[in-house]
Amino acid sequence: MRLLTVIALDGLTYASWLFLVSAGLTFTYGVLRVLNLAHGNLYALGAYLGATLVLRYAAGGSTVALGYGLLFLAAVVIGVVAGPLIERLFLRRVYARDEEVQLLLTFSISLILEDVVKLTWGVSPIFAETPYSFLGRVRLGGVNYAWYPFLLTAVALAVGGLLWLVVTRTRLGKVLQSVITDREVSLTLGIDVPRVYTWAFTAGAILAALGGAYTAPMFSLVPGVGADVLVTSFAVIAIGGLGSIGGAALGALVVGLARSAAVYLFPELDLFAIYLMMALVLLFRPQGLFGEVEVRRI
Amino acid sequence: MPPRIRAALAFFGLLAVLLALPFLLSGWVLFLLTVAGAKALAVLGVVLLLRGKLLTFGHALYYAAGAYAAGMAVKYWDVHEMLVLLALGLLAGAMLSALLGLLIARYRAVYFALLNLAFSMVLYGILLKFYAVTGGTDGIGIAEPTLAGWRPGAASLRIVLYESTLVLVALLVYLAHRFSVSPAGYVLRAIRDNEVRVEYVGTSVWRIVYLTYVIAGALAGIAGALIGLSVGHITPDLAFWSQSGEFVFVAILGGTGSVLAPVVGSILFEFIRNYAFELSPYTWQMTLGIVLLVIIFFLPGGVWSLAQTAARRGAR
Amino acid sequence: MNRHTFAVSSLVAIVLCGFLAAVRAAPVAGAPSELKIGVVAFLSGPASGPFGIPSRNAAELWIDKINKEGGIGGVKLVPVFTDEAGPADKVVTEFRRLVLDEKVSAVMGYISSANCLAVPPVADELKVLTILSDCGTDRVFEEGKHPYVFRTNAHTVIDGVGAARYVLAMNPNVKTIAGVNQDYAWGRDSWEVFQRSIRKLKPNVKVVDALWPKLFAGEYSAEISKLLVEKPDVVFTSFWGGDLVTFAGQAKARGLLESSMVVVNNTGSDIKDLAPGMLIGSRGPHGIVSPEMEKNALRKQFIELYRQKYGLAPNNYIAHGAYHYIQALQGLRAAYEKAIKTAGRWPTGEQVAAAFEHVEFDSPSGHIAMAIGGGHQAIEPAGYAVIKFDPALGVNTFSQIRVFSARCVNPPDGMKSLDWIDRGFPGAQCP
Repeated sequence: MRLLTVIALDGLTYASWLFLVSAGLTFTYGVLRVLNLAHGNLYALGAYLGATLVLRYAAGGSTVALGYGLLFLAAVVIGVVAGPLIERLFLRRVYARDEEVQLLLTFSISLILEDVVKLTWGVSPIFAETPYSFLGRVRLGGVNYAWYPFLLTAVALAVGGLLWLVVTRTRLGKVLQSVITDREVSLTLGIDVPRVYTWAFTAGAILAALGGAYTAPMFSLVPGVGADVLVTSFAVIAIGGLGSIGGAALGALVVGLARSAAVYLFPELDLFAIYLMMALVLLFRPQGLFGEVEVRRI
Repeated sequence: MPPRIRAALAFFGLLAVLLALPFLLSGWVLFLLTVAGAKALAVLGVVLLLRGKLLTFGHALYYAAGAYAAGMAVKYWDVHEMLVLLALGLLAGAMLSALLGLLIARYRAVYFALLNLAFSMVLYGILLKFYAVTGGTDGIGIAEPTLAGWRPGAASLRIVLYESTLVLVALLVYLAHRFSVSPAGYVLRAIRDNEVRVEYVGTSVWRIVYLTYVIAGALAGIAGALIGLSVGHITPDLAFWSQSGEFVFVAILGGTGSVLAPVVGSILFEFIRNYAFELSPYTWQMTLGIVLLVIIFFLPGGVWSLAQTAARRGAR
Repeated sequence: MNRHTFAVSSLVAIVLCGFLAAVRAAPVAGAPSELKIGVVAFLSGPASGPFGIPSRNAAELWIDKINKEGGIGGVKLVPVFTDEAGPADKVVTEFRRLVLDEKVSAVMGYISSANCLAVPPVADELKVLTILSDCGTDRVFEEGKHPYVFRTNAHTVIDGVGAARYVLAMNPNVKTIAGVNQDYAWGRDSWEVFQRSIRKLKPNVKVVDALWPKLFAGEYSAEISKLLVEKPDVVFTSFWGGDLVTFAGQAKARGLLESSMVVVNNTGSDIKDLAPGMLIGSRGPHGIVSPEMEKNALRKQFIELYRQKYGLAPNNYIAHGAYHYIQALQGLRAAYEKAIKTAGRWPTGEQVAAAFEHVEFDSPSGHIAMAIGGGHQAIEPAGYAVIKFDPALGVNTFSQIRVFSARCVNPPDGMKSLDWIDRGFPGAQCP
């Protein structure tokens, strides 16, 4: 029983991290039908900026609480700056072209951003751990847990909830759904589709940076941190279904629990867990758990 | 002179020049060309798939499979014969793609790309993890190959590898060309334009996609074995998604307009990468990214389209 | 003295001075105008911070120092820096470029074990002196002969054996151990050496778990939870870089350091980011300074030069990679000087390689001997310590330093490391 509790708790915290990290990617795909390969770099930018702000202004004593807000600020800044820049200057010009070209565009942006991060922050590891250690630990199931990952879970739930609310309950959500379903018809209805695209991409960028900023206190940031996150996010959203937020949540949960179980029961499988799950899910349900089958236009 | 004979003469003339290169060029450039040639075969596979609108982000799967088939033969059966190792690479690529293609050839677009990615990362994990069997991240050394029984000395080995790569590339590019102009090749192009209509016409789309997939896999397999021989050392990185990404980059850089384009793109890429690296070791990724952007916006058909426009202008 | 004597003695003095000046100024016969060497290190990627950049910096400043002292045999060294990052084919291509295009006379560097295995056959083919400078795999000389390849730092056996001995010195009643290592060659090798060593030294030690998170996983809550449940006496890890810093932070926050003794076999990250109470080794006696090391003149010089050029924390900590790269340069210099003396003129590559075998030289970390691997592999002592926070300096430093001599933690020439351990460390000279 204790083993199950521990597996569940660790699975949950890992899943929260996975969801936060992948939500932006699936959202961008859902609206724009573009798989943003620069997603990992936006994550890294959010993480690095968040860590830098925390280290400068919230490193200790009375200012620690400020850190949580600073992380949020960092994410918003990155999203609001990088999002429109990438979408308007580059992505917009290739909407009319093949999907492959769009993928390549985001791939080239990712190569550029990789070095931008390195040039700006250098190569030494950066660890802004005060928000993490400040919250202390709690004893659950006989084991010490840090509180911070549960904060991540709360943030993940908040993000998920907010997205769901916006998409299903607000007018903006209806506009988004319209654009997702049929771009051309939306245009004829008078929706400013290019503007929606820019906003959606920016939102996706903010989400990516948010994932980075809030996970930064948990580990040491090094060059290349974005690349690894990208592949992990792919796996999660492929499992959940591209474009589906609920799918990303479910995919995150599946992978989180699988990995957690692997660590406890089959430590040797740790490495594969995520890719194996992805391959398995895609084989039996190619569109992912919550994905929609694409209707082929003749 | 009829155009066919002219083309053949041009082809053989070019071949003769290329064969003579080792005696004119420095060892370093020769090595670069050999490596570029080997990788060009894998890129050729990617290009063939792209011609059917199938973008794969996991082609390194077959590349690594071919390399490790050769590597394991070296490690466990002490095989050093190049011809055998290359055949093993080809077989490994073909058999694995034939197996996985049964499932993957049903998918399209992003799912096709991601499934290939997933499998390539699973192979990466296997190669990495089974340390005792595969050598893990330490890799496997492939040394002192023989060609039909003859063991070339250190100096001539580079020339032998270069010429073998050249011959292999010429042969396989030609075969790829035959495929492209065959009925199957035309159906592939039709599939790119409108898959559903091809089904309506009565042709099996799945069959052609599967065939192309296996051919692409075989090409990557032999490329892997060739790289193992040229570099002398293979590691699980050969299966990593960034290697697949590199193949895609080169495919777009060269263009999909011709079977020769991957070769041109591959050579160009090796040179760009090495000089970008030399000039600015801290920003070479950014340089690659900018080059790719330039191509996307100003040269969508890849470098090959430049050659085509030049040829067309010349013909006028 | 009379005028005659004075004239003669002055003449002799002048001639002598002129002769001495000529001898000092004249470079060795046949010497080139400069000695180009390729220096390879990780300048990008996760290994650049903890290993690559400090190594490169140290190499640069030491080459400056050597040049100020007249160079090697009167010839100035010219470094060509290049990035080690990338897959094997790229690394090998770079190596060939350095030799065939840049025309370097020697190549030094390489931190990744995979590269240290890929490069030697090429070095032999091109007949260029290659000095592996920081990698750990014991395979290089245990599984093949490479006439032109040398390694001036000890391989990873010293880390595992040193860790085992240190752990037992700190806690002679160890009963259970667990390992959490990155799932790749370094992690596997490190764990293998450690657990075999400690079980040989104390046969009733039990392994309760071996965890294998992937390289750069960044997230270890499941692993830490499991270790908190199992409560082994000792947790061994070979993590480095960002992974190590992350693990240390998460372990400290959750109290793993209180329930187990955590030992790391390398200082692959700045110790300021690690948790007090961790046992740590530094792949040799670098940075972990014993009283006798304090007196080493070269070390004092190195620290001063590094401080002036790059700045240093109050604990004078510099990554072990930096020390290793200097060892490579010291070895290079010693080999060239020996070869020059033997040949009487500027030596050929073959002569330098021959001179390198079994050569000995001084370094900021003490006296180094190329004692095993047929004279191609150096042996170093293993330094281990506990991290403690020094409130006066305001940073982490080391305490309870133990240095195990080179003869204690290295196998004898000709014996494979794992065999040596399994046989009970025959020939080891441990006080």
